Amino acid sequence: MNRKKSIELLDLMYRIRFFEERTMKLFREGLIVGALHHYIGEEAIAVGACATAEEDDYVVSTHRGHGHCIAKGADLKRMMAELMGRETGYSKARGGSMHIFSIEEGLLGGNGIVGGGLPIALGSALSGQYRDSGQVTLCFFAEGAAARGTFHESLNLASLWKLPVVYICENNLWAATTYINYSLPIENIGDRASAYGIPGKVIDGNDVEKVYDTVDEAVKRARAGKGPTLIECKSFRHHPHCMVIPDTRPQDEVMEWKKKDPIPRFEKRLLGKKVITKTEMEKIRGKVNNMLDEAEEFGRKSSVPGVETVAEGLWA
Amino acid sequence: MRELTYLDALNEALREEMERDENVFLIGEDIGSFGGVFGVEKGLWEKFGEKRVRQTPISEDAIVGTAVGAAMTGLRPVAEIMYIDFITCCMDQVVNQAAKLRYMSGGNLKMPLVIRAQGGSGTAEAAQHSQSLEAWFVHTPGLKVVMPATVYDAKGLLKTAIRDDNPVIFLEHRLLYNMKDNVPEGEWTVPFGKAEVKQEGKDITIVATSLMIHKALEAAKELAGNISIEVIDPKTLVPLDIDTILESVKKTSRLLVVHEAPTIAGVGAEIVRQVVEKAFDYLDGAPRVLGGKSIPMPFAPTLEKACTPQKEDIIKFVKEMV
Ligand SMILES: Cc1ncc(C[n+]2csc(CCOP(=O)(O)OP(=O)(O)O)c2C)c(N)n1
Repeated sequence: MNRKKSIELLDLMYRIRFFEERTMKLFREGLIVGALHHYIGEEAIAVGACATAEEDDYVVSTHRGHGHCIAKGADLKRMMAELMGRETGYSKARGGSMHIFSIEEGLLGGNGIVGGGLPIALGSALSGQYRDSGQVTLCFFAEGAAARGTFHESLNLASLWKLPVVYICENNLWAATTYINYSLPIENIGDRASAYGIPGKVIDGNDVEKVYDTVDEAVKRARAGKGPTLIECKSFRHHPHCMVIPDTRPQDEVMEWKKKDPIPRFEKRLLGKKVITKTEMEKIRGKVNNMLDEAEEFGRKSSVPGVETVAEGLWA
Repeated sequence: MRELTYLDALNEALREEMERDENVFLIGEDIGSFGGVFGVEKGLWEKFGEKRVRQTPISEDAIVGTAVGAAMTGLRPVAEIMYIDFITCCMDQVVNQAAKLRYMSGGNLKMPLVIRAQGGSGTAEAAQHSQSLEAWFVHTPGLKVVMPATVYDAKGLLKTAIRDDNPVIFLEHRLLYNMKDNVPEGEWTVPFGKAEVKQEGKDITIVATSLMIHKALEAAKELAGNISIEVIDPKTLVPLDIDTILESVKKTSRLLVVHEAPTIAGVGAEIVRQVVEKAFDYLDGAPRVLGGKSIPMPFAPTLEKACTPQKEDIIKFVKEMV
């Protein structure tokens, strides 16, 4: 990976981390309400994966989707405004944290239904194939969704029709308060790929370069018309399921995983390879912090939608 | 004019719309070389090929999900669910995704998709193959709901549905598939939200949907000379042309709604609510709904008939009301 790309990825990882921290602060202040699921600890997956995509490629996201949007290039201001329920938000305050859409940027939305996005990704992938546009769909989901029937229906059909879609399973071991051994009888979700006749990978989801390389290969394969790939990324979320559910996970497990935090890990690697200096890193962090100040300010200054607009957007 | 069946009318609509717009494609089970289990897609696979007539595995979530994702990225899918009963296997995609994503995106995307399914009873297929589920979809904001009752409307409404930029649930009745009628040559569309007075009358208004339109017309014919019945087909339940119904009720002062779906919490109850709110002073008696019984559809034809409104039931209700 070249220097420019590496720095770009680090920058995006900071954006996600700082965005999430900022939303926690705003939630505590009561400026953000509702369900808020944080991506902290999993940044390497969204960033590594989306960095392989072209601007017009599609991303199908989840309830824990801020990272996917930011990694695909979404505007932090409009994202923050959406979370704050302002009319300037991506979805004009109709969607909120779990439902940020931007068709122009290839963001086909998060989803409040676990496993609900898997079948939708079939459609955007088919759309690319149908129009012969070369567009690929990245479909994110987590291990909780891998227990749903939509996982099976989707991978089966995607393989059958050789659809240009890459399935990226973010296995953070816990689905709300349910540990993986209460939901899956096997160790690796990636191993299921063979049942659908497609390549399956099981990788370290906290290694952004590994994610990039693996997804890149899958995207190239999809673009070449060879069909889908299933990639399982092992990772962990540092925070509880969402802002209103207390942590039920053993604290030593959380501590262990925090040691594997993808950001310091990538920083260390880049410093070691002399790709970047500490000062340069500080500078990027400062810039991202400013971006978030601006995003917060933008949200605060934006108006909440007028109640007279409530029906707008229902019918085309 | 020429004679056409309801089924052929649907087939013609699909064919014409696929010719008109290459973004229109079909997706569903057994719709390839076999042409659909009822034959609605007959000849389309041969004409348009596998790319545009996409036969799927038995994966209802995948069928509707594919339609949703394709619609939001610029295509115009027409999905077939073989029996409306099977929609239960993909209600998430219909209710939480198709119906809501445009609104949840703040109008950022369009969802031009049609979900076609046939339903209703009368073929002794028992409770998992005989339902009329339109009320579920009427109750879900974001879906348009269409129920064609005639050959002319089957074609014209389906063409309108395919051209609409919103998700449309298009409900056919399989007992109507072989019904023949004289229709014009060439193309036509039928607008949504425009009811049709099928027969004028002055003593009572009957609003009926789908197959029940024909039963209501038979009842009206039998009572002609004694009781003058006005029969109205709303054609689309969302949007609903309540104005035409109100105008009729203001004239006849009596309203009976007839549908095959269970009476309880059905579309009839909703029509009655709107009429009571807007035309209470014009009513000479309590408006009524004649619908199906709240019983899972039994297999035996005699029991099946007992669960759904028949011409005789309509006549009985009308006589009680007038
Ligand atoms: C179909 C469905 N069932 C249950 C829920 C409630 N719910 C929301 S998130 C969640 C856990 C999801 O776990 P996973 O898919 O592993 O994603 P993670 O939160 O770990 O990223 C549950 C049970 C839901 N939103 N949708």
